[in-house]
Amino acid sequence: MNTQGSLVVAALAVAFTFLTSGCSEGAWNNPHPADEAGKNILYSNFSGPPKHLDPVISYSSDEGRFIDQIYDPPLQYHYLKRPFELEPNTLSSMPEIVYLDAEGNEVASDSPDLAYSDYLFELTPGIYYQPHPALALDTSGAPVYAFESSDDAAPYSSLNDFSETGTRELVAGDYAYQLKRLADPTLLSPIRGLMSEYILGMNEFAEIAKAEREAQQEGEWLDLRTLDFSGVEVIDRYRFRIRLKGKYPQFSYWLAFHFFAPIPFEADRFYSMPGMADRNITLDWYPIGTGPYMMTQNDPNEAIILEKNPNYRDDFYPAEGEISDRAAGLLDDAGQKIPFIDKVVYRLEKESIPLWSKFLQGYYDRSGIASDSFDQAISVGSEGIGLSDEMRERGISLDVAVTPGTYYFGFNMLDDVIGDTGSAEEREKKRLLRQAIAIIYDQEEYISIFYNGRGETAMSPIPPGIFGYQEGQEGMNESVFDWVDGEAVRKNTEVARDLMVKAGYPDGRDAETGEPLVLNLDTVGSGGSAAQSWLIKQFKKIGIQLNIRGTDYNRFKDKMKAGNAQMFQWGWLADYPDAENFLFLLYGPNGQVVTQGAGVNSSNFDNARYNALFEEMKLMENSPERMEIIREMIDILHHEMPWASSFHPHSYVLNNAWVYNSKPHGISKSVLKYLRIDPEQRARMQAEWNSPVLWPLFMVVVIILVTALPGYLAYRRRLNHRIRPAGGDK
Amino acid sequence: MLAYIIRRLIYAIPILIGVNLLTFALFFVVNTPEQMARVQLGDKHVTEEAVQEWKAQRGYDKPLLINGEAEGAGTFTETIFFEKSLSLFALDFGKSDAGRNIAADIEQRMWPSLAVALPTFIIGISVNIAFALFVVMFRASIFDTSAMILCVGLMSVSGVFYVIAGQFFFAKEWSLVPISGYLGGADAWRFLLLPVIIGVISGIGGGTRLYRTLFLEEANKDYVRTARAKGVAELTVLFRHILPNGMIPILTSVVVVIPSLFMGSLLVESFFGIPGLGSYTLDAIQAQDFAIVRSMVFLGSVLYIIGLLLTDISYTLVDPRVRLS
Repeated sequence: MNTQGSLVVAALAVAFTFLTSGCSEGAWNNPHPADEAGKNILYSNFSGPPKHLDPVISYSSDEGRFIDQIYDPPLQYHYLKRPFELEPNTLSSMPEIVYLDAEGNEVASDSPDLAYSDYLFELTPGIYYQPHPALALDTSGAPVYAFESSDDAAPYSSLNDFSETGTRELVAGDYAYQLKRLADPTLLSPIRGLMSEYILGMNEFAEIAKAEREAQQEGEWLDLRTLDFSGVEVIDRYRFRIRLKGKYPQFSYWLAFHFFAPIPFEADRFYSMPGMADRNITLDWYPIGTGPYMMTQNDPNEAIILEKNPNYRDDFYPAEGEISDRAAGLLDDAGQKIPFIDKVVYRLEKESIPLWSKFLQGYYDRSGIASDSFDQAISVGSEGIGLSDEMRERGISLDVAVTPGTYYFGFNMLDDVIGDTGSAEEREKKRLLRQAIAIIYDQEEYISIFYNGRGETAMSPIPPGIFGYQEGQEGMNESVFDWVDGEAVRKNTEVARDLMVKAGYPDGRDAETGEPLVLNLDTVGSGGSAAQSWLIKQFKKIGIQLNIRGTDYNRFKDKMKAGNAQMFQWGWLADYPDAENFLFLLYGPNGQVVTQGAGVNSSNFDNARYNALFEEMKLMENSPERMEIIREMIDILHHEMPWASSFHPHSYVLNNAWVYNSKPHGISKSVLKYLRIDPEQRARMQAEWNSPVLWPLFMVVVIILVTALPGYLAYRRRLNHRIRPAGGDK
Repeated sequence: MLAYIIRRLIYAIPILIGVNLLTFALFFVVNTPEQMARVQLGDKHVTEEAVQEWKAQRGYDKPLLINGEAEGAGTFTETIFFEKSLSLFALDFGKSDAGRNIAADIEQRMWPSLAVALPTFIIGISVNIAFALFVVMFRASIFDTSAMILCVGLMSVSGVFYVIAGQFFFAKEWSLVPISGYLGGADAWRFLLLPVIIGVISGIGGGTRLYRTLFLEEANKDYVRTARAKGVAELTVLFRHILPNGMIPILTSVVVVIPSLFMGSLLVESFFGIPGLGSYTLDAIQAQDFAIVRSMVFLGSVLYIIGLLLTDISYTLVDPRVRLS
């Protein structure tokens, strides 16, 4: 072999050795580090960087899935019980609620003199924070890290660079501190406006905090402990009290949110030190909590990693649940200490195809189902929806649950053509027009085509599983459906056409002018999608010309805020499982226009009777009386039709065979501590599914050689070619 | 040369002001500060007070370009444009609208971008030049024709197709490399292999055709004919004579992009989950984070101007006839 040939062979040998040595400890396509193989680590993903991890600011479910494993609000939801049930989290018992009159005397919960509600909380002693540099103290009890200037922070670029950590016990003052942060207007908590309506003294505290901050030098720490907050009182080390104005039964649900999780003042001081924010070391980036996990890496460009909090208290898997839970194996771990999983790795995945492939390769333990993977994962047969054979062969299981949310197609009730405006006769005609549209808007077909059947037609804003939801004929919207053979059947198009005649638009034309009726759907996007074509076809059934007015999100929001949209599509995912959190979507004072965009009533529906019933219902505990009121409110909605149609989406989650204890919880994100995996089974399956196929590599080499050889021969021929003089040899 | 470089740097200032003004105008035609606030604060329970507070904290509570209420120079200086632009010229990018230090983010994210872009660039250039020289050597033969058909075919295929096909075959069907993702350190090469190969292959068509044209022009010149007449070996003619003389136009297209390699690739980074500056910019556009968008556009402009300057300087290095004055 000549020198060139030897070099080629040597290069190939080196490349092969390099390739195989790097991959010898596992499958070649494993996206996780080889040294993690076989460990008790759950692999998950996220699609975009979380904006906020500060519990006082964060309000997105994409962020909640991280920080709700770290922060410990006073209450939590029972993992298995349905309907959703609150239980103490860091408390020794549920908060004691005392109702008071204006003079501070105790009164009954239904007393007309009721002026305040006192919530008394008692913490379970012995709960400790995760190890954190903010809690590191020297021998004299002073903080280890106390920077005088930003130069002191220069050696640190992340929280992991701080070598010293410490912990301390959770105390009542930490909850009070977080409530003060919630009230501080400079921190921009999204629920500050809402809570200031209820928590006594919140607005006054905000004024004080703002004035104090303005008087400070830039970057100086404001110790909120020094400021009084009349609605929050620390009674002793383990007890504190929150005083509400009037009565607000839904407040208990808010107490299960991370907004009310404790923050030690030391952490606020630590992150406020000079130079920390310039190095992106902030509470908004590095949480500190007492929960089952702590964040040990926050690199949303690559991975976010949670690890078991070594100081986590004794917490145990629930021993009770729904009847079906035992058969499903969800009570097999009853009484076991949680969390089960040592570490959770979330990797950035922006595209659905790689995400799905990695799930099928076993590199992600759980996955949702994107539309383009639906047919591969799910089969729809006569027995209903189930896993495909391919998924079953892999041992994958499917969790299906109704999402506690409602997506709807709404009318702007302030619109002159279709809203609740004009004389009584005109309003009635517009109501009939809305009813006609509601009939021809085939929600079932829409869900089938565009959601792969993952949803159910809503008869009211309240989804199944929430108090106030009515099943069967009792809950049916009689303006749109008939009860036939034990099920709700949509009225036929003829009924809608008759309604159009009564509304003054026979065959979709104005009875007086003969002009065609043109309605506008305001939406985000450029138009021309399959769903929009489908909508145009639906409206054509009764002669209405549907015009799609696509725009960007900002313009769309502006239109909604100004009340310039005519029809629109919108959605709502519940904050908490109470009818109030759905029925307020149509409460008049919540209108987008009257609140200048702050309200959630996008339809600007404003019905005096409905509003009065809402105000009454809102203050009531769940009871037959409350149910009656809700029923009447829904009847008003069925009659007035502020929404053409709505549906409750279903969530589908796939679990690989080695994932245990998975049960969807539509409200709580703090569920990671209950999950268990079998890492050995996962390692076996990964090896089985990801054996590298080597023949393509050899094929590539062969193709290169086959292609290069004629070239090389031609080159040699050219070099050896003899130039002959013109005219040939003589 | 020094005078030339200084003059070019001075010329860059009005260009950067213009770019900044254009970015500013385009961004705020589409987004108002109030809309930016609402995007950052979310959809639920956002009060007007919170919106105003957000704007005040980030300096978006001032007029955009002209402050009619201010006096004297304040008419121009007490505006969003002036306050947000001035620090850029000191390369102080400040904080993003979400509150993060942009310079720290850029420093962190430029390495993954470089890790993909640099090998793709170097290998791509090498392969394209080698392939172009090979084709030139067999010009007007069946090899030349076949290679050009192949190049046109490669150029005709969308970049997305290469990505999807590469992921499907190499990662999914043959399990040879991870389908996407990124790990730092010694594991990084496993994640870079496929994007680099795809980047190189997708660039072969256009690159080879361009370089072939340049080399053919040189191959027909007298000095090449003279070299051949002297009996110089064909490979020596290609590499010692044609290649160096063909480098001047190649430099025009190559040197200018070198500084921009830091900026990453939107397509490759997005599909392969590589956490570089390309995806950083894309995320900022989607989040309507003006602070990041203007910083990245400004940085891109600076790097492009540096690239053009380096191109001019490189002319003098490869062609002694060129003098900068």
